[in-house]
Amino acid sequence: MNAPMTALLEMRDITKEFPGVKALDRVNLVVAKGEIHAVCGENGAGKSTLMKVLSGVYPAGSYQGEIHYDGALAEFRNLAESEARGVVIIHQELALIPQLSIAENIFLGNERAAGGVIDWSETYRRTEELLAKVGLRDAPGVLVETLGVGKQQLVEIAKALSKDVRLLILDEPTAALQETDSRKLLDLMLELKAQGVTCIIISHKLNEVRQVADTVTVIRDGATVSRIDAREGLSEDRIVRDMVGRDMSHRYPERTPKLGDKVLEVTGWRVWHPEQAERQVIRDISFHVRAGEVLGIAGLMGSGRTELAMSLFGRSWGRNVSGEVRMRGRPVDVSSAPKAIAAGLAYVTEDRKHLGLILDESLRFNNTLANLRGVSKGGVLNEAEETRVAEGYRKAMATRTPSVMQKVGNLSGGNQQKVVLAKWLFTEPEVLILDEPTRGIDVGAKYEIYTIINQLAAQGKAVVMISSEMPELLGMCDRIHVMNEGAFVGELSAAEASQERIMSLIVAQPQEQGVAG
Amino acid sequence: MTVAETAPKAGELKAYLKTHMREYGLLFALIAIMVFFQIVTSGTLMRPVNITNLFLQNSYIIIMALGMLIVIVSGNIDLSVGSVMGFVGAFAAVMIVKMGAPIWLTIAASLLMGAAIGAAQGYWIAYWKIPSFIVTLAGMLVFRGASLWLLEGQSVGPFPPEFQRLSTGFVPDLFPRSVTEPIGALFGQRNLNLLCMGVGVLASAAILWSGLRRRARDAAYGVAGEPASFFWLRNAVAIGALLFLTFKLATFRGFPNVLVSMALLTLLYAFVTQNTVIGRRVYALGGNEKAAKLSGIKTERLTFLAFVNMGVLAALAGLIFAARLNTATPKAGFGIELDVIAAVFIGGAAMAGGAGKVVGAVIGAFIMGVMNNGMSIMGIGIDYQQMIKGLVLLAAVIFDVYNKRRQG
Ligand SMILES: Nc1ncnc2c1ncn2[C@@H]1O[C@H](COP(=O)(O)OP(=O)(O)OP(=O)(O)O)[C@@H](O)[C@H]1O
Ligand SMILES: [Mg+2]
Repeated sequence: MNAPMTALLEMRDITKEFPGVKALDRVNLVVAKGEIHAVCGENGAGKSTLMKVLSGVYPAGSYQGEIHYDGALAEFRNLAESEARGVVIIHQELALIPQLSIAENIFLGNERAAGGVIDWSETYRRTEELLAKVGLRDAPGVLVETLGVGKQQLVEIAKALSKDVRLLILDEPTAALQETDSRKLLDLMLELKAQGVTCIIISHKLNEVRQVADTVTVIRDGATVSRIDAREGLSEDRIVRDMVGRDMSHRYPERTPKLGDKVLEVTGWRVWHPEQAERQVIRDISFHVRAGEVLGIAGLMGSGRTELAMSLFGRSWGRNVSGEVRMRGRPVDVSSAPKAIAAGLAYVTEDRKHLGLILDESLRFNNTLANLRGVSKGGVLNEAEETRVAEGYRKAMATRTPSVMQKVGNLSGGNQQKVVLAKWLFTEPEVLILDEPTRGIDVGAKYEIYTIINQLAAQGKAVVMISSEMPELLGMCDRIHVMNEGAFVGELSAAEASQERIMSLIVAQPQEQGVAG
Repeated sequence: MTVAETAPKAGELKAYLKTHMREYGLLFALIAIMVFFQIVTSGTLMRPVNITNLFLQNSYIIIMALGMLIVIVSGNIDLSVGSVMGFVGAFAAVMIVKMGAPIWLTIAASLLMGAAIGAAQGYWIAYWKIPSFIVTLAGMLVFRGASLWLLEGQSVGPFPPEFQRLSTGFVPDLFPRSVTEPIGALFGQRNLNLLCMGVGVLASAAILWSGLRRRARDAAYGVAGEPASFFWLRNAVAIGALLFLTFKLATFRGFPNVLVSMALLTLLYAFVTQNTVIGRRVYALGGNEKAAKLSGIKTERLTFLAFVNMGVLAALAGLIFAARLNTATPKAGFGIELDVIAAVFIGGAAMAGGAGKVVGAVIGAFIMGVMNNGMSIMGIGIDYQQMIKGLVLLAAVIFDVYNKRRQG
């Protein structure tokens, strides 16, 4: 790989403005033919925007600067034009249609048809070939909604391959994946590279960047700060330093737990699937959290962690929920979301777009939504107070936005996550249940969020943290429950816990079939 | 009060206008339409009698648009309001004319009837999750039939004068004619209703005051508000129009009773939707029901209440309508739901819910009303009127979509 490579793509002095925000300010990006090129940067640095400029989502003319692709000036006016030239983007938010089959999704807009009539046997045959390429063994007719996120991601890639891709852009492809699925995806990228496909990957998981990238471009505040050749050896610390503009010696803040009494105690929790009446999703789970404690819940995707949390939080998921919940020793009624909030529970959802935020409304609107009482008197809102609250959280969490009146839908993914967190912090909960709280969040912001979690714990609150990132659980939690197939299969103290022990507890249980979606 | 005003650059003004095109566009569209018809009807449109008429003709649409806005913001629709309005009018007519019930009792019973109808429909929509389109489509048919049945196919009337006053009465002036006539003469008019004029001036001052207060607060919190030039322009236009209208009304018979109830209701609903917890929750519900629910909002109850509220307002509209026609007919309210829904969408509400403003809906209703009225004065046939109104609705929504696209 040491032969000099010619540039496949050169983006020169790209500047893109939104009303009130300069998202990109003379960014340069050079991608060599056949390499895997990583783009790193903090939340809101402009990574996704840059890729949208490249792929024609933001058409030529709506930005300044030049794009040279494959030796010629490229002025894509839409996705179709860039795809015609072999540039395919897989967005941060997956764009599959859940009610359609794998085959239908792959050939959507590109149907194998003669005279408008779909040739199903051809479609299925081609789909099987593509699925084999990405290492997916599901049948082409399977509905996408029945697949996990990891497999959906592979379907997206298969879809990209169906279009004779030359430059594949992956925007945070592994954010929602667990280790094994991420591994598969990264291997696939290396394989595609061997076949001559050039890749751009955006990721906050720097260890993965280190594994696959040939070159890294770091963007900060909408400008290119460095271009690192990874073949000379790449250290995560170097990337982090360029990303945040200073050295970060620790990834997890120091923690000295001071444990108090049991705050939340759950006994005999059982939940059935809402549609499939005979399917039990949570099997007799009991646990507690103490004041000042951070309790982790580890497990594979589909082990029922989210279902446990959502059923606890006002029975927002599942049927025939039974079991007892006590707060500070007293039984409490948590049978609806308002009651759960009143009892002192807060649940930061894993799915911020659909369950966490109202995307068309402002940051301020979202921030106060779960605790409107805190900003009103006699049912009348005090907007000035709302602004004060939202500003406070914006500063405390370093949320990147021109103002608190900005539409949340216009924020970058990581900054949206901060807004969800701020919304629940404002309810001043006794117990904060966090479901994948740092998904899609940059290293610097992660540190800030960990610090906030530690502060809450130090104030005597109890924190339950569900996460697929094991290093995060190991770095933050005082105790970890391992969950599998809807039951707790092991408990580890901070001292005992390690990635290997967690994994061995998970696989010790015979895997039947996935429990929940 | 010193608000530091840094002169914004032309670019910022343009960017601001781009993002707020809708709000200004609507107000200026209404004014442009009024000016247009004023000219082509050679001044008939703005005659005091006609302005008074405009309010009377459109009052029930505006009142129902208030409720419809909430229903639409919550992510639903109500197709039954026209029929419910007609049915409640018939119900009131039967009570008063046939049964000789006292007026206060009839009004109370009618409003309760409206609430009950709203509750009956809202129950299926909120708690059984049956699409509102279907439930209220059924309601539309049911209450159409119910009016026919109740009136036995006949018109029932007339009403006693006290009931008619609900619609056709005017608020009497506080001052005797001996005072008001000389003042009117100063303006070249026969008479000037001082109460009316005074309220107009006070309302203008209130609008300006609350606007300034809001600006000061935004500035204090560093929220980038409206550029000063826009603020003053918008207020000058709104206040100018308000004073002009009150002056016209004052030279005729002052405020019609319906205008007063309509204005108070508009203020109330604007306040509730923009400044209260329950209003905020309706927007959250329409914006993302699942997220709203997980935020502790009782989404079912809120949907239910939106329909109860709609029922009450439809009942009130029914009373006003019957009082104005002085009779209840089996055909009253036919097709009115479409005018109401059109007004809300012209006013900028989103079909998908979560967005829309009371003031927008009211302006939307006036745009429709002025067009109806102006085209009738011009003698344009009902055939063309319908086509033109349809195209205006389409144009307004296209304008919306176009604006959203440009903001990217
Ligand atoms: N449509 C839009 N309107 C206004 N501002 C926008 C819009 N899209 C993006 N922005 C702003 O542009 C900046 C860059 O956003 P972008 O999504 O590119 O960030 P990112 O680097 O992908 O971050 P993340 O890692 O969180 O996904 C952010 O400040 C964001 O708020
Ligand atoms: Mg992004």
